[in-house]
Amino acid sequence: MRYQVQENCLTIYLPKEVDHHNAEEIRRNADIVIDKNHIKYIIFDFLDTDFMDSSGIGVIMGRYKIIKLIGGEVWAVHTNSRMKKILKMSGVTKLIQIYEEDEL
Amino acid sequence: MKHTNEMEIIFDSCSENEGFARVSVAAFLTQLNPTVEEVADVKTAVSEAVTNAVIHGYENEIHKIQIHCRIEEKTITIEVTDQGVGIPNVQEAMTPMYTTKPQLERSGMGFSFMEAFMDKLKVSSKPGKGTKVWMQKTIGKGREEWTTQSL
Repeated sequence: MRYQVQENCLTIYLPKEVDHHNAEEIRRNADIVIDKNHIKYIIFDFLDTDFMDSSGIGVIMGRYKIIKLIGGEVWAVHTNSRMKKILKMSGVTKLIQIYEEDEL
Repeated sequence: MKHTNEMEIIFDSCSENEGFARVSVAAFLTQLNPTVEEVADVKTAVSEAVTNAVIHGYENEIHKIQIHCRIEEKTITIEVTDQGVGIPNVQEAMTPMYTTKPQLERSGMGFSFMEAFMDKLKVSSKPGKGTKVWMQKTIGKGREEWTTQSL
């Protein structure tokens, strides 16, 4: 898992495809980093991602539950139209924010 | 004569093969000239069905998963079959957000995604015998064909 920690904010750079196979690894590593660095904000970066199934939704919902307990927030950035569709259909957009870049 | 084509793959139920399965079906689908969106829909549906077989059907033991695809004109029919534990109550399993494995952080959206991304979905299952997911999608629906006038 590629990630970056800035103070209490964790950015997770998601891989090209997020399925059950690599969701496990993201989940495991993310929880270690969250615990160690007192993370309050999580950003899922979808820049490289063009495939995600319900396993990815499970990872996002799971991290949201942890972060919610300490009053934190979860964000999604660089989502393409497919990822937006998946996130909206699953209902996680009620829990997390999608950051929209300003169009030039 | 109707245009038909068929293919079948059988592979081990390890999670590495989830990617292989959806890409194989997507490759078979290309002969129908699908849009990027249609390919993504089918890939997601296949991924959900195969993941279900890996996690729930075989409970992470390694056995065989079979995918059978058939193309008839512009319609693809996909069957994903396992000989795993089966589902006691299919209707309940298909309820959105329902999951038997919340400890694994399953979102419970698998069947909902399959339903949303395919035109038709049928699930048949016998406890102790296995599960078959049958799904169908017609490619190019509502899309007009463009032909250029010959010179």
